[in-house]
Parts: sequence; structure tokens; C-alpha cells
Amino acid sequence: MSEDQIEVRDGVDRETIEAVHAMSGKYKYGWETEIEMDFAPKGVSEDIVRLISAKNGEPEWMLDWRLAAYRRWVTMTEPRWAMLHYPEIDYQDIYYYAKPKSMAGKPKSLDEVDPKLLATYAKLGIPLKEQAFLAGVQDEAAPRRVAVDAVFDSVSVGTTFKAELAKAGVIFCSISEALRDHPDLVRKYIGSVVPQTDNYFATLNSAVFSDGSFVYIPEGVRCPMELSTYFRINAENTGQFERTLIIAEKGSHVSYLEGCTAPKRDTNQLHAAVVEIVILEDAEVKYSTVQNWYPGDENGVGGIYNFVTKRADCRGARAKVMWTQVETGSAITWKYPSCILRGEASQGEFYSIAIANNAQQADTGTKMIHLGKNTRSRIVSKGISAGRAQNTYRGLVSMHPKATGSRNYTQCDSLLIGDKCGAHTVPYIEVKNNSSRVEHEATTSKVDDEQLFYCRSRGMDEEEAVALVVNGFCKEVLQSLPMEFALEAQALVAISLEGSVG
Amino acid sequence: MAMAALQQALAARIAGLDLPATGWLGPLRAEALARLSVQGLPGKRDEYWRYTDPAALNSATPPRASAFDSGGEAPVFDGIDRLKIVFVDGVFDAAASDDLALAGVEIDLLSRAMTADIHWAQGVYGRLEAAGQVPVNRPFAALNSAFAPEGVLIRVTGKAVKPISMIYHHKSDSSDAILHHCIKIETGADLTLLENGPAAARFNKVIEVDIADGGSFHHIRAQGRDHDRRAVTHVFARLAAKARFKSFTLTANGMLTRNEVVIDLQGSDSLAHVAGAALGDGAFHHDDTVFITHRAERCESRQVFKKVLKSGAVGVFQGKILVQQGAQKTDGYQLSQALLLDDDSQFLAKPELEIYADDVKCSHGSTTGAIDEEALFYLRARGVPRKTAESLLVLAFLAESIAEIDDAAIADDIRARLENWLARHDHSGAA
Repeated sequence: MSEDQIEVRDGVDRETIEAVHAMSGKYKYGWETEIEMDFAPKGVSEDIVRLISAKNGEPEWMLDWRLAAYRRWVTMTEPRWAMLHYPEIDYQDIYYYAKPKSMAGKPKSLDEVDPKLLATYAKLGIPLKEQAFLAGVQDEAAPRRVAVDAVFDSVSVGTTFKAELAKAGVIFCSISEALRDHPDLVRKYIGSVVPQTDNYFATLNSAVFSDGSFVYIPEGVRCPMELSTYFRINAENTGQFERTLIIAEKGSHVSYLEGCTAPKRDTNQLHAAVVEIVILEDAEVKYSTVQNWYPGDENGVGGIYNFVTKRADCRGARAKVMWTQVETGSAITWKYPSCILRGEASQGEFYSIAIANNAQQADTGTKMIHLGKNTRSRIVSKGISAGRAQNTYRGLVSMHPKATGSRNYTQCDSLLIGDKCGAHTVPYIEVKNNSSRVEHEATTSKVDDEQLFYCRSRGMDEEEAVALVVNGFCKEVLQSLPMEFALEAQALVAISLEGSVG
Repeated sequence: MAMAALQQALAARIAGLDLPATGWLGPLRAEALARLSVQGLPGKRDEYWRYTDPAALNSATPPRASAFDSGGEAPVFDGIDRLKIVFVDGVFDAAASDDLALAGVEIDLLSRAMTADIHWAQGVYGRLEAAGQVPVNRPFAALNSAFAPEGVLIRVTGKAVKPISMIYHHKSDSSDAILHHCIKIETGADLTLLENGPAAARFNKVIEVDIADGGSFHHIRAQGRDHDRRAVTHVFARLAAKARFKSFTLTANGMLTRNEVVIDLQGSDSLAHVAGAALGDGAFHHDDTVFITHRAERCESRQVFKKVLKSGAVGVFQGKILVQQGAQKTDGYQLSQALLLDDDSQFLAKPELEIYADDVKCSHGSTTGAIDEEALFYLRARGVPRKTAESLLVLAFLAESIAEIDDAAIADDIRARLENWLARHDHSGAA
């Protein structure tokens, strides 16, 4: 890494190009860890729900909650309104619980964790050793540290920096631990943002979620470091159903990062996560995702089916949430991180880059539900389609009659690379008072020939030139990412588009 | 409504309708009825009816709507030289109409022509409607094709010397009118169609327009000022190479109006502009639903819809640009804007783009808000009274849609209607 990577803030620089070379190869994270696993029998039933609950040693009420969700789920039908085409999912042909054998007795500290698991994360570039920090941000004076909760298939492998976070009063652990150690907090908030009955995939998750992260930031605390969860699907035919719950008390602040990868396989795998965020008065949560699940091969064989429900509830006045997502992976993406702006003058922001190449399909966007007075929201969505991919922005901006004096600004831009792909925009705009202002703009265009020519005439090959132009197109979103992710995302943009030119 | 309930509702809805199945029209009506039977009537949970409740259109008999006294305002287009075709509650009024003769144009009434064995309209009637049923169901259009007892069949072979003007009077409180017009613009031919009037307590109208190479069709309509009326209208247009289609609709008042425009750009270098200005005060629900498909290269489409809403009026816009693979160099533009004059009104919009070609320029914009306080202040600071200033700003807001009318005299006429409406609705006094 060069010393002048700060330039990344300007969107495009030679880092991008270097990164393309450095990370050459198709899907970088497609390998598999050979490790002995414990599986629950395939399929989902009340018994499986009971088994997952028992494995996690959960209290009775949690089991009842899961069972209620399961009973609801069996009465529901899978939604098919998204612009996604995929074969029927056989929900009985999936393992709902997979745990490395070595995790049978929960390790007390990271030192006790199976070295194979640690090696997996090291290979992914995720440091689980506490002194480590992410590459590219080495600053001797003030090393940037990130606490990590690593989730491997169904279980959390370990969480770093727990002791140090505890000093600040921050709770950061897996949700199974939280259910043991802080059951009252979990009980108070779980399902309060995404109810059990919310939608097909969220309801399934409510029944069978195996692990996930739990974050609690006490009143007035600014979380001393960035928190992150790293999800890895490893075992074959396994669904991953994690559940994340973040609670930001009055006046607190946290930045949370999420990353995901999976091995290359010919079969499709299901991922149905739920993220709930509760934000009280004057608190601020920044949630950033780099979603890089295995997208399938050029012919659309294999890849992750990603059906995710993410929602933030700004309950207090002046609460603020910022979603940033870089969606490059998955064969199918169905994801609409939402903001409920309940508190007066609360704020929601959504920045998204969605890249679909080859046979990938993405249907993603956000919902901004303005309920409180003087609430503000901003949506910046950049969709890039290449190959035979289909990329849809789907969003809702709703101004309720009482949300007077509110503002929304939405910008959705789509870029098409090649004549076999599709880019679609499906916004819903519902305005029910006149003191609010809503503005929506969308454009669709192709990579500008003049810009390409400019780059080519300066000696870049076509792929490099496209990567550069695309990074420029995404600049506004890349700039809203935390530093570590901005670098990774930029490189990813280039890699995801490999093979899209010519 | 559950499926069974909707099926029953459909049976009840069409029970009173006659299916005059004679001559060339017989099989076309049967096909339309088959389409309708498969689709059924739309329910509230139908995605395409998300923002408009179709109940008043589904009911077996229309909700009563009293005829409206326009208070002496001269009817729109009165000063324009035109060929008049008059309907009263959906029934042709020969006495009030001009002779159906115009150089370069063949004009037939559906009721008279349908008994023949063959007719040029065979290639148009129900065909464009059927093509427009994919990918979205339009059951009221299928119902229309199956049961319309009357309509006008217009074939244009040259440049029509004056506009054809359809005037729809409404007299009966319980009239339920269905009209189906077919228009065929032959190569290089040109027609302007004017339409005005509320037509009936409930009105279902379909116009199918088939435009050959280099043909041109200009459409201006003013939907009557009746407060209680309900209407569902469809325009289906098919454009060959270098064809032109331009349409402008003014809607003032009306309990329920759903205007669907479905345009298929099949020939390269064709052009379609669709515009609308809607004004609503109180019990007003206005829905513009537009679907434009680009199938050929270098076509241009433009949608400009503006709504001014007050006292609980609801405006809906569902617009879609679909660019098929191979429709390179497409230029698609879509604008939907609402001006909410008070806190009770609503604007609900779903402006969609669906694009499968890469070398295209497509965009949409949608804004909603109140009158710009700064602009108002600017005018008032220059001595313009508040009411006048507001009217000026509303007219400025609507200007972009009126600009889609090519004929200056017609545009002036429409502008005068807008001004009158605004003057009458200054203090929410309904008129």
C-alpha cells in the first residue's frame, strides 16, 4: 500500500488500478475450510427450532418466541414481487444448523479457538488477534482498531476487544451470549423493529436464527472503536440465519461494519438475516456492509441467495442512522435496509452501490418512513449492471400526515455495461402533507465513451479504464464508507466487473 | 377481495351488458371477453391498483353522479374550427353532430360498421388493447372491447384539414357509458383529435391509435368539470417508423379518474409525448398510469405530469419506461410533480424505469411540495397580491405540461380554463 492512499477520498486514484492487479483472480474468497462439522438434520420443523434453541441454551421465552414465528412462517408464502428469477427453494433440503465440532465446548478466549478457524479468518484478511488492525490504515501514532465478532456458519467463533469495550460499558458479543448474559435487554428489544411476522424471510429467521451479533451502547458513550461482524458461510447446503441487534442509548455513537464471504460451490445457498437497530435520542449509528457472498460462476451456477431484512428505528428525537452498503456478491440479492424516522428531527441516510455482473440479480433499495416532524432522509443509490445481470433499485419514501416540515432527497443512478444486462428503478413516493419536500431523480446511462477514450489514450487497458470510470460513478457512496471499507470496496468494484468488457 | 368474490363481482358487473356480436366484430369481442374472464376485475391488493381503489369501477351499477352546471362558462374548444361528433351519456347524437365527412378521412360509427363482414378496423379493434395487456392486466380495457356498444372508427389517409372533436355530454344521474374508438393513421397522414366533456356518471373509454410510418397524431382532451363522475380511460398507441404521437390531458374535478396510456414504439425514430395537468379540490382522485415500451432504435419518449391538489385531493402517478433489448439510442424522460396547496392533500407516485439496452439516456424526476415561499415573497415584495401571486406560480408550475400542446390557439384555450379554475377555487369554494 502506498502512503498517499488518502486520495481514495477523491474517489478514484491509482490505488484502484493497483488493487485490481493485486487482487487479480476471480472470486477471491471461494476456497473452503476443511473442518469437521456438527449438523442438525436437514430441514426445518418445530423440533429443529427446539434443537437450535437448546444448543444455544436459551431461556424458555426465546423458544416460545421462535416457535410462534415458525408457526406463522408455515402459513406464509414466499414473496415473488421482486424482479428476480430463481428456481423454487426447497426449504427442507437445507441444514439449519452447522457448527464446527471444535466449538462444541465454547472456548473461553480466542487463544482456545481452533487454529483452523483462526486461519480461515486470517486468510480472509480479518484479524482476530486483538493487536492487529486492518491493512492500509497503519498510522503509528493512533492505530485504528476494530473489534470483530466472527460468525462461522451457525455460530460465533469469537469476539475481540471485549474487555476493553466493557470498560466503556459497551456490550459487544454474539447474540447467543447476550441471551445468556443480558436476557432482559434482548427480550426488551428483539422483534421490536422487525417483528416476527414482518415478512417471509424475517419470520423464518426469527424461528431458526442460530447466532449473530449483539451491541449495546450505553447512554452518552461514544464507542471507542469500530465494531464489526464477519460472516462466513463454509459448510455445504447450509443456510445462514444470523440475527443482529444493535441498541444505541441516548446520546451514544457507534460505527458498525459487516462483511460476508462464502466458498465457491455449484449449489445455491440460502442466507436470510435480520438486523434490528434501535436508536434513542441524539444517538447515532452508522452501519456499513460490504456484501461479497459468492456470486456464482459466469454461467449463473451456484452462489448465495441473499434475502435480508434490515431496519433501523430512530425512536428518539434527533436520532440518526446511516446505512452504507456495497453489494457485489450473491447470485440473488433481496435487501431493503430501512429507516423508521419516528423521533422528531431524526435522520436517515442510505448510500448504496450494487454491482451485478454475469448472471447475478439484485433487487435492492431502501424505505424511508417519515413519521416525526422535521425528519430528514437522503438516498444515494448507484446500480451497475454488466454481463447478463439484472439490477433493480426498489425504494419507498413515505411522508405521513404528521411528518410536517420533512425532507427527502433521492438520487438513483444506473450504469449499464454491455447490451445484455438490465437496470431498473422502482421507486414508491407517498406524500401526505404539504410542508414536506420530496425530490427524486433517477438516470440510466452507459459508461461514457469519452471518459473511456480519455483513460485509454493515457495507456490504460479497457478493463482498467472501465473500473476507473465506475469508481468515479460510485464516488459519493465510496466516500461515505469508513476508511477500511472504502479501500476494500474500491478494489471490489473493479474485481466484480472483471470479464464485463469485450 | 378474495378471488371467488372478484369472480362474482365480475359476473355482476357484466350481467347487464349486451354483447352485440355481429359481423367482423363478433370474434374480437369474444376474445376480449375471454381475456377479461381470465383476468377478473382488479382488487384493492392488486399492485397496479395500489393507489386507486377500483370499487366504484367494479360495482354492478355506477354510483350516482348528478350532471354539472358549468355556470355559463363556454365549453372548451368552442372557438376552434373542428368536426364535431357529439355523444350524450355515451349515445351518439346525430342532430348535434356535424356530417361525418372530412377530406382525407373516413369516419364510421362502430354501431353502423360492425354488422359488415369485413372492415379496416378489424386489424385495430381489440388488437392494440390485447397487446397492451402484457405484462400488466388492464381488465377495464378488455371489458370495454367486449361490450362497447358505440365508438368512432377513423381512418386518416392524408392531412386532415381540421381537428375531429368528440364532445361527451352528461345528462343522466345513473348513466354508465362505454365507448371504443379506433384510429388508423396511414403513412404520412396527420390528425388532431379533441375530446371534452364528462360523458356519463361512469365512463369507460378506450382509444386505439395505429400510426403508420411517418404518420402523426395529436390528441388534446379536457375531462369535464363534473364533481361526482367516475372515469377509466385507456389510450393504446402503436407507432411505426418516424411516427409521432402527442397527447395532453386536462383534468379538473372528478371523484375518480384513472387515465391509462399504453404506447408501443415499434418503429425506429418514432416519438411519443404524453402530458397532463390535473387540478383537484376536495373529493378528487386522479390517477395517471403510463406505460411506454421502446422496441426500436432512436425513439424518444417524454412524460410530463403535473398536479395541483387541495382540500384532501389525491393525485397518483404510475409511469413506466420499458426499454427492450436492442432499442439502442433511446431517449426517455419522465417527470411527475405535485403542488400541494394544503396539508390534507396527497401525492402518490411510482415512476419506474426498466431498461435492457445499454446505449440509452433515460431519466425521471419527481418532486412534491408546497408553493415556493421564496418565489411568493419575491412577487409580493413587488406588489403582487397574494392570490394573484399564487395563481401565477401555479400556472408557471403547470406550464411545462401545457407546452406539449403544439397548437397555440388550443394551448391558450386550455390555459384560460386553468386560470378560471384557479379563480373559482381561491377560497376552496367548490365550483
